[in-house]
Amino acid sequence: MSEPRVITYRQALQETIRAELERDENVFVMGEEIGVFEGSYKITAGLLKDFGPKRIVDTPISEEGFVGAAVGAAMLGLRPIVEIMTLNFSLIAIDQIVNHAAKIYGMFGGQSSVPMVIRTPGGGGQQLAATHSQNLEVWYAHIPGMKVVAPSTPADAKALLTAAIRDDDPVLFLENLALYNRKGEVPDGELVAEIGRAAVVKAGTDLTLVSYSRGMVTALEVANAFDEEGISIEVVDLRSLRPLDRETFCDSVRKTSRAVIFEDDMLSYGVGAEIAATIGEGAFDYLDAPVRRVAAAEVPLPYAKPLELAALPDADDLTRVIRETLDASGFRK
Amino acid sequence: MAEPKRREKANPQTGAQPRSRTKPASGANQAPEDSPDTLRGYYEQMVLVREFELKAGEMYARAKIGGYCHLNLGEEATVVGLMAALQPQDYLFTSYRDHGYAIVRGMEPRRVMAELFGRTDGVVGGRGGSMHMFDSELRMLGGYGIVGGQLPPATGAALAIAYRSEPAPDAEAVMCILGDGATNIGAFHESLNLAGLWKLPIVYVIVNNQLGMGTSVDRASAEPDLYKRGAAYRIPGERVNGDDPIVVRDAALAALERARVERQPMILETLSYRLRGHSVVDPAKYRHPDDVEEAKQNDPVPAFRARLAEQGVLDDAAEEQLHKDVEQTVAEAVDFADASPLPSEEELFEFSYATEVANMPNAYPGEPVMAR
Repeated sequence: MSEPRVITYRQALQETIRAELERDENVFVMGEEIGVFEGSYKITAGLLKDFGPKRIVDTPISEEGFVGAAVGAAMLGLRPIVEIMTLNFSLIAIDQIVNHAAKIYGMFGGQSSVPMVIRTPGGGGQQLAATHSQNLEVWYAHIPGMKVVAPSTPADAKALLTAAIRDDDPVLFLENLALYNRKGEVPDGELVAEIGRAAVVKAGTDLTLVSYSRGMVTALEVANAFDEEGISIEVVDLRSLRPLDRETFCDSVRKTSRAVIFEDDMLSYGVGAEIAATIGEGAFDYLDAPVRRVAAAEVPLPYAKPLELAALPDADDLTRVIRETLDASGFRK
Repeated sequence: MAEPKRREKANPQTGAQPRSRTKPASGANQAPEDSPDTLRGYYEQMVLVREFELKAGEMYARAKIGGYCHLNLGEEATVVGLMAALQPQDYLFTSYRDHGYAIVRGMEPRRVMAELFGRTDGVVGGRGGSMHMFDSELRMLGGYGIVGGQLPPATGAALAIAYRSEPAPDAEAVMCILGDGATNIGAFHESLNLAGLWKLPIVYVIVNNQLGMGTSVDRASAEPDLYKRGAAYRIPGERVNGDDPIVVRDAALAALERARVERQPMILETLSYRLRGHSVVDPAKYRHPDDVEEAKQNDPVPAFRARLAEQGVLDDAAEEQLHKDVEQTVAEAVDFADASPLPSEEELFEFSYATEVANMPNAYPGEPVMAR
């Protein structure tokens, strides 16, 4: 295999969609402004020219209609990749996602799978105000029948999108505006992740830090800063929210005895809550301090920059909570 | 509760007769004179749906059937006419009022009854129940419990047909059956817009039984002539008498042909009247007694029988034999369903995902998801 190239998350998505369109003629892309306009975030740039309007389908503003149409097309054996402009707009299609895509395989006794991917960016921090800044992935991660993946690096974007497109179950593929321009090494050639596997992306001994998607950027930044103090933080990238790789982060906590979860979402009923509860089951006897969560303030996210910054969890919040967790257990370097 | 009012006669503006027994105006695709066997076959299917549904109601009352249970009583002519028009290569999506469609499309009545009973021999192994009949071989792609939820997937199935094949007289098409109430949801309008925009081979059949639960069409739809509601999407519509299987069949054949050959999505509205409440547990007190009486007068099953008798196609002996056969089929269906095993607890997670999944959270209630 040749040397990995350094490309952006966006390029990784673009190349993966293109490769899968070339590989399998049942794969097609549909969504708002993905063709002539080339995508609101240019993930589908150039595809219409190369693959034509049958495979690159511009839709009207009808999320319930076209997400549901993808469900039906998938039942007949096509593999739609649906782009929803932002995760917030998935609420308009939620009946088709939750009551149809996620239910059809099980409710009809395994007679029809629904091999479709919903690609969509979530998250705040862009001054888009309350309705356009949400992290609703946990709504879908709650639903049996759904898979929810959330890559944080260009390489994972490629590996997980390839896996999602080839998967026979409906997959919500979570992106993030703040990740699109981030660069990373991506191996050439076939790269397929196993959906449902987390990754220990930085080994450490003193505390386990769990995050996913955009949260991983801050998590790694903070963990690396602690290295300079001689404090060793292990960082787990969940990569998949459903199914959730509980073993990997519980194993880590059994080693480090401390855990902090960092998420962009609101705290209550969130991903962090699920992880903390799981650690309570799987690593209780190993814990030296309470499991802490660093999450967004529970308000409709305001537009004004100082308020938005105050609401969203950042490196300072995370650093503070990690120190508190270390202190709570009498940790001394 | 207010006194039930008499229902409005459908289509007062246009003066179209909602219960006319004439052929549809289109006249296209009229079959040559139907053979006596064909006519008797339709009648037998109508009687089968009638007897099956009456038995289902009885079994529900005896707590053999759980959950919701919506019957096709009063819609037998519509069910049989539509299924007579639908070809083997076509795909069918229906609402939750789906038992009759399942049976006439070709599912064994005993396996439909077993599904109602929640048994392993049910058409979906007891996973779905009354509202969720499905058979991929028969291309019956589901009864759907959410009102109008089937519309976007049915539209997407038509998209898949257009994606992989060319228009032709024997091309595949989709028939999507919905009730009158579903014409007021957003997904109806989004689906029609997509079908009109993309020229999809689909026929939306609005089975107008004139009541959405207890709300009459004129109290729910600003345009109660439901077949006109595709106009905004340039989808032609036609209203026919849903009490006549031949009229329904011919109209559906014509609509399906346009879907196949022209890729013209179509609306077909069939007018019938629910003979019972919305579901088995609904006493239907919102109906005026005169309406109920009129519905009995127009009951499609005895009406078709009288017509066949008049034509000399069905004599009393044949009628008696036919009834006996149907009753036996239905009785056997109940025996079969009763004898079919209940699913075992070990099968609980069997159909969680279509693929092998790492880290499935397969825990029964009260079990930890993680060992210590």
